[in-house]
Amino acid sequence: MFLSEIHSSISSGFPIKLGMTNFLIKCKFNFMNSEKVIEVVGLTKKYKKLIAVNNLNLNVYKGDVFGFLGPNGAGKSTTIRMLLTLIKPTSGNIKIFGKELNKNRKEILSRIGAIVEKPDFYLYLSAKKNLEILSKISGKEIPKSKIMEMLKLVGLDKRANSKVKTFSHGMKQRLGIAQTLLHDPDLIILDEPTTGLDPQGMKEIRDLIIYLSKEKGKTIFLSSHILREIELIATRMIIINKGTTIIEGTVEELLNSDSQKVRIEVDDINKTLEIIKNTEWENHFKSIEKNDLIFEIDKTKIPQLAKFLINNNIEVSAVVPIRSLEDYFLRITEESVK
Amino acid sequence: MITLVYIELQKIFRKWRTYIGFIAIGILIPLAQWALYAGGMEGYQGMITRRLGESFVSGGSILNGYLLAFITLQGLYIHFPFLIVLVGGDLFSSEATAGTYRLLITRPISRFQIVTAKFIAGLVYTAALLLWLFLLSFVLSIILFGDGALMVFIEKIYVFGADDVLWRFISAYGFAYLSLTMVCTLAFTFSSLVENAIGPIITTLAIIIVFTILSFLPFEVLNSFRPYFFTTYLDEWRLFFTDPVDFSAIIKSAIVIISHIVGLYLITLFLFIKKDILT
Repeated sequence: MFLSEIHSSISSGFPIKLGMTNFLIKCKFNFMNSEKVIEVVGLTKKYKKLIAVNNLNLNVYKGDVFGFLGPNGAGKSTTIRMLLTLIKPTSGNIKIFGKELNKNRKEILSRIGAIVEKPDFYLYLSAKKNLEILSKISGKEIPKSKIMEMLKLVGLDKRANSKVKTFSHGMKQRLGIAQTLLHDPDLIILDEPTTGLDPQGMKEIRDLIIYLSKEKGKTIFLSSHILREIELIATRMIIINKGTTIIEGTVEELLNSDSQKVRIEVDDINKTLEIIKNTEWENHFKSIEKNDLIFEIDKTKIPQLAKFLINNNIEVSAVVPIRSLEDYFLRITEESVK
Repeated sequence: MITLVYIELQKIFRKWRTYIGFIAIGILIPLAQWALYAGGMEGYQGMITRRLGESFVSGGSILNGYLLAFITLQGLYIHFPFLIVLVGGDLFSSEATAGTYRLLITRPISRFQIVTAKFIAGLVYTAALLLWLFLLSFVLSIILFGDGALMVFIEKIYVFGADDVLWRFISAYGFAYLSLTMVCTLAFTFSSLVENAIGPIITTLAIIIVFTILSFLPFEVLNSFRPYFFTTYLDEWRLFFTDPVDFSAIIKSAIVIISHIVGLYLITLFLFIKKDILT
């Protein structure tokens, strides 16, 4: 029931199950335009000696599914809290819908729907009552029928009168989505919306985001610490770490460059090195890591390299592409865990 | 703003803890009425007359609805702050605990509106609890025991005719409301500073207890400080049961209490507007 309409809507027009990512990448220039929805310049947040966000700049354009990526503690939630006026920047400027946030707060917030970190509600109230309360302070006239409509959209219509304290995390996440969409916002900010969800729940959220972007024309600002999640649905992305921008661009530019590293697992490393000696592959060989050979090579040439090795009686048990950004992101994520 | 206050009241009155005060009063007052009716009045009457030794002779019974209303108000008033802070201390902190600050502040409403709506809702709760006390201790006592002359002991004995009592009660309840609003506002302020309700409840009660003890300790050295203890003014409602009523003292006390209420509200507003929401 949940999101079935969305599935059918997307599936009818788009090959979502087979090539959604490719489709998004190919199409992104069709819906992306130059109208800035979020413009952040020199944003900084300091807590005494700790710098949570350091001179951050970013632009989100109308129609973007903007991936905001960084390891835990990178400053993502702090940035989102500043975008939503939950915390005040130490310095810097935020414009949303072309207007200064601090001077047009109410007007701007009436056009934003958001989930920050985790979806929290008044646990002692029902799902319906929570939405009723939020609808009254949304800055827009929302008919009561819209509340049930939203609950139906997220598959909670049968639990409308149940207290939220009886809900699972996944159900709260769905209710969070419902409250986000209740007032039909132009900009949707989702902070780690798939955290704690099972794979099916994660997929449903991803499908919903695609639906909102494609069918409803919403601009989505999506934060995550999972590169794969951003890769699946975002059109543009930024990676931050320690509060600073590391890299920004389109997903295609950042993740699908022609030249990339490849990890090749073989049965005999010394023999392999001997075989590639004085061939074109020698120039592409970079290193040995954990008994695997690392090559940097144009991705169109990967099959040729594999074929070359096999033809020379090398047993190739795995060929794993390593994209530089992914490699880099994994590294900073591991560092942040340490 | 009306919508916001309505929402805040819905939040208050849909919580179980809100009804603890109503239930406590609903049990205690009928019990006290029953106990006094069942023969406790001789003790009270004796206590008053003993103070005047042999020179005072009273005829008949002084038991009536007015006296019961006075005794229950005097008895319960001491414990009333405990019931007020249960809700006052929860006004902000429950939002921090539940993470629902994020829901509120990301909506197109100002922090001023949020603070003011919570403050007004706190005032309404205090009024509702005091009204419940009034209904049970005054109205129910009059219904059960009828009216009559009121004899009270406040440093000395005062006897008021039946037609001279009602305005004193209404005024006393009015002043009591002011005092309890002060208690509620104190809990409200502490509530805005922390992330769970236990802290503001305990802190408010601790402050009230400590200041009350200091207000009553018979040490000369404390006399010069007493005017600065807000607890000094909290039970000035009793002045309405003296004769002549010292209105200048009452007005002075009311001004001090109102100043505290306004001051605490403004402090809360200032801190909340500056506050970074990290929960």
